[in-house]
Amino acid sequence: MKHGILLHESHDDVGVAVEDLKKGGRIGAVTLEGKSVGAVKLLHNVPLGHKVAMRDIAKDKPVIKYGRPVGKAVQEIAKGSHVHTHNVKTLRWSI
Amino acid sequence: MIKAEKMKLTGFRRPDGRYGIRNHVVILPVDDISNAAANGVAALIKGTMALPHAYGRLQFGEDLELTFRTLAGTGRNPNVAATIVIGIEPKWTERIVKEIAKTGKPVAGFSIERHGDLRTIEVASRKALEFVQYATELQREPFPVKKLLMSTKCGESDTTTGLSSCPTVGRVFERLISAGATLIFGETSELTGGEDIIQSRCVNEKVLGEFNRMFNGYTDLIKSQGVDLLGSQPTEGNIRGGLTTIEEKAMGNIQKIGRCKVQSALDPAIEPDGPGLHFMDSSSAAAEMVTLCGAAGSVVHYFPTGQGNVIGNPIVPVIKLSGNPLTLATMSEHIDVDLTGILRMEMTLDQAADAAMTVLERTINGRLTAAEGLRHDEYVLTKLYRSA
Repeated sequence: MKHGILLHESHDDVGVAVEDLKKGGRIGAVTLEGKSVGAVKLLHNVPLGHKVAMRDIAKDKPVIKYGRPVGKAVQEIAKGSHVHTHNVKTLRWSI
Repeated sequence: MIKAEKMKLTGFRRPDGRYGIRNHVVILPVDDISNAAANGVAALIKGTMALPHAYGRLQFGEDLELTFRTLAGTGRNPNVAATIVIGIEPKWTERIVKEIAKTGKPVAGFSIERHGDLRTIEVASRKALEFVQYATELQREPFPVKKLLMSTKCGESDTTTGLSSCPTVGRVFERLISAGATLIFGETSELTGGEDIIQSRCVNEKVLGEFNRMFNGYTDLIKSQGVDLLGSQPTEGNIRGGLTTIEEKAMGNIQKIGRCKVQSALDPAIEPDGPGLHFMDSSSAAAEMVTLCGAAGSVVHYFPTGQGNVIGNPIVPVIKLSGNPLTLATMSEHIDVDLTGILRMEMTLDQAADAAMTVLERTINGRLTAAEGLRHDEYVLTKLYRSA
């Protein structure tokens, strides 16, 4: 399968769409080193550069990218979802 | 894989032993109200360049010191062969002239009061013509990579910068450092969420302490305003490109330094005093940051971009690298290094680093960058607080 999602680390919760991806498509994912990490069925359209959930992420759980938390889920996120500002917020800037 | 030691670099040797890769004669206003006279000289004398800016009056304390340091550092930069300084009055003008003169390069100061713009333009132009004739006789000569001082800062970042252009710069920086080059990075606010990585790279407790002082200083400034940076960090452009949080943006940003250690934490516009990678406390606004790098002596700059920041600098060639296929398809005239092959898995990071080094070498040897060709001459002083 041609890859459409790139990951920094194989265990990251999210990968990056390397082209505009259509809802319903089954898309292969690889790490930057070229290691295959399976495929996901897309629940939404995901534009180039935006993120796709590689697994279900529970509300309030950290979201892992680069092998470390880059924010937290503010709602349940299902595998194959578009992940962005509507469902993930920063863990910083809280004053 | 290209070895940094094998790069064939040529530049202009300055009297202080540093090498420039451009040979500008700069007309430098001390203050906003001297811009007209500086522009007047540059309009008259071929081969000169005025650097108008917005400040220089009624500043005080550290803010004034930074303006002096930035202006003097610009004249001191090895890409500048000679400098004409024009200010409204002689005292501050002379202060900048003296700092530039320490490099041994030709510099002359002129002040407007008791002469007026027209007489000032005349005498400054006569000197500028002399300086241009001096500069145009200078020849390029080979120099080793260990004499290279360069900088990096990314802009209009998106998720593709973290995957492609930033780690490419990181890979090149690792090679350049092993060959003894001197490198600068900064963008204090954009390390938020990855500051622990920078802390872990500091070579000793002193550097760590300095870095923490700078990082906490900016955090405290934001708190003192009773705000956070949501809406500014990440920017609307970042979000459009797929970046969701500051932590995610910071992790992409930090890829630019690869596995390099941090040798010192410098205040803005301070020249590094040894080889290796140096952190400079700086804004993440592109034109401000690159202007500060130039003032710290950087002669060339790597600028990874995702969504397509178009910034340039009048004295520091800015090399744009992008791995975003949409950006390459829509605004390729701004991009010097096409890294879209990384996202297609057709280019490894080592191949990308080779491509970036090839363009770096050609740029150092005289090829204009996209930003230079497009007249992107953004010269922007960093203002720390309001004037008196």
